[in-house]
Amino acid sequence: MTEIPKEEYILKCTSACAGCSTSLILRYVLKAAGRDTVLVIPACCTSVIQGIYPNTAMNIPIYNVAFAAAAACASGMSEAFSAAGKKTNVIVYAGDGGTVDIGIQSLSGAFERGTDFLYICYDNEAYGNTGMQRSGATPIGARTTTTPGGKIHAKKDLDGIVAAHNPPYMATACSAYPQDLFKKVQKALSIRGPKFIHILAPCPPGWRFSSEKTIEMGKLAVKSGMWLLYEREYGAVTINGPSKAAMIKPVPVEDYLAPQGRFKGISKEALAMLKSQAEKSAKRLKLEADGVC
Amino acid sequence: MLTIATGNKAVAAAVKEARPSVIAAYPITPQTEIVEQIADYVTGGSLDSRYIPVESEHSAMAACIGASVTGARTFTATSSHGLLYMHEMVNWAAGARLPIVMANVNRSLGPGWNVWAEHTDAFQERDTGWLQVYVGTVQEAYDATLMAFRIAEHESVLLPVMVNLDGFVLSHIMQSLETVDLGDFIPPLRLPHAIDIEHPRGYGTLTGPDEYFKFRWDIERSMRDSVRVIEETQKEFGKRFGRSYGFTEDYRCEDADVLVVAMGTLGKEAEVAVDNLRKEGVKAGSMRIRWLRPFPELDIAGRDVVVIDRDYSFGWGGVIARSLKAKYRVEPFSVIAGLGGQEVTFDDIAGFVRDREPGKEYWFGVNA
Repeated sequence: MTEIPKEEYILKCTSACAGCSTSLILRYVLKAAGRDTVLVIPACCTSVIQGIYPNTAMNIPIYNVAFAAAAACASGMSEAFSAAGKKTNVIVYAGDGGTVDIGIQSLSGAFERGTDFLYICYDNEAYGNTGMQRSGATPIGARTTTTPGGKIHAKKDLDGIVAAHNPPYMATACSAYPQDLFKKVQKALSIRGPKFIHILAPCPPGWRFSSEKTIEMGKLAVKSGMWLLYEREYGAVTINGPSKAAMIKPVPVEDYLAPQGRFKGISKEALAMLKSQAEKSAKRLKLEADGVC
Repeated sequence: MLTIATGNKAVAAAVKEARPSVIAAYPITPQTEIVEQIADYVTGGSLDSRYIPVESEHSAMAACIGASVTGARTFTATSSHGLLYMHEMVNWAAGARLPIVMANVNRSLGPGWNVWAEHTDAFQERDTGWLQVYVGTVQEAYDATLMAFRIAEHESVLLPVMVNLDGFVLSHIMQSLETVDLGDFIPPLRLPHAIDIEHPRGYGTLTGPDEYFKFRWDIERSMRDSVRVIEETQKEFGKRFGRSYGFTEDYRCEDADVLVVAMGTLGKEAEVAVDNLRKEGVKAGSMRIRWLRPFPELDIAGRDVVVIDRDYSFGWGGVIARSLKAKYRVEPFSVIAGLGGQEVTFDDIAGFVRDREPGKEYWFGVNA
């Protein structure tokens, strides 16, 4: 069993929504990272969760920077700490909007330059902070306030984009598997250079499911194969246990979609596209894990 | 040491002397030579700094912000569209009270696409909370860059400083340059709000109207305090290195009946015009504005004023001319000249003085 430290770096009574998986993820990320850590965040749900000046919900320094700037800001911070002989962890904790859309240039730049930092994208598949508008990470068929008829474009392949930068370590995780997440953050921080973890963050108000079902929703995402858990270390792919199991015997995708209001009335075409994308991703990943491609 | 250098190389040499820990920059014409020279210093080992070759100017300023908040001395350089691209972060740097120093090589904005001198780029950052100085010579580019670090990092200021030099006409021309042995002229940076793991704080958090208002007032208070700090710094620089500067560079102004007010290289050009006008019996003087923010107190009352703006605020007027009109209730002859690198000679400037029409606006070279 992995021993999770008792220290809390995210304090009680934050302004997170009921059932928020983002704050749960952050809690484990910070437990894994420890005290000598600085968080850099762009505009995202965490900029609400962190509290209103002069208060802070964080027990570590947290730097809230402009939307497109998080990875570049972290580059400067990481270099400055290093120049001063400090080993402080620099972690970008950004939502999907700040990562796959407006922040992707600075993310790409920091990865190309080999910045020594960990970039975490917690992905609730929409602009949650501002009331659920579509992002590049919103899946096809999902209803958001700017895609009231269901999104007509596929979810952007963020992991493929990051993988093309060849970071020494990248992984996916999900809020429903905190031990897995904890270990991945620890492993990432033990490696020098740019690291990336993409974490699925089910969002009760945005996805329109009941707030006590956050963990269940994350598990369904993985068990249905709609979210794959894996690691890519120096290019070598390892599929993690829950996804291996799901590849052998998945639960129906419909079981994952049915409790979510955002997929209510999804068209047959969009549903077929969702399923086919999930199957293709799993197939490609398995080939990579088997060393075939 | 006496040498010759371009304006760009002078800035780079000053940066080398000031030794920032982190430099993040993106090349853009006509600033490119600054970042190339700095990259050369760092690669060659004569400057022990981290040089971050960022993918955009937005990221350049973001990286400087990230480095600066750890308490590190930082520098970047840009120009024109680069400055506008980083505009969001330019605001952020001032709001976050980070003493970043930036050289901006003044250049026009497209379209029409044009790479030559104009002050409009920096003027678009007037209201961000940055201090802005405009230089007229290669030597001044060097000296102002050195002083910028000390002024920005002073505990009473803690605001970023932009050093402006005219594209090509100053960035790329060679003049004599005397470099200095800096000694302890720039003390180590002590940033009171630097990130401290032992005392974690939230930075840039959501801030209600009352607190936000106080932050804005704090910027203004520091801007006012910076007047004293600039004066002291310029005075001490003169004492130590033999070259003194003011908020303005006044040339034959004492007994002048007519003053030419301009900035940057046009202000230097005006000095030649003044000499020639004096030979004709016209009692002219040149008052070159060096600091745009904080805006200086000018002794112009009771005299004719010819303002040359290498900038324009559409639907309003030349920014300096309008500023003087508002502040001193004078009726300047407002000349709009030098936009997009338009050539303006000392003869042209003497002509503006001879043909001045107080209260009028005149677009040089255009039938307006």
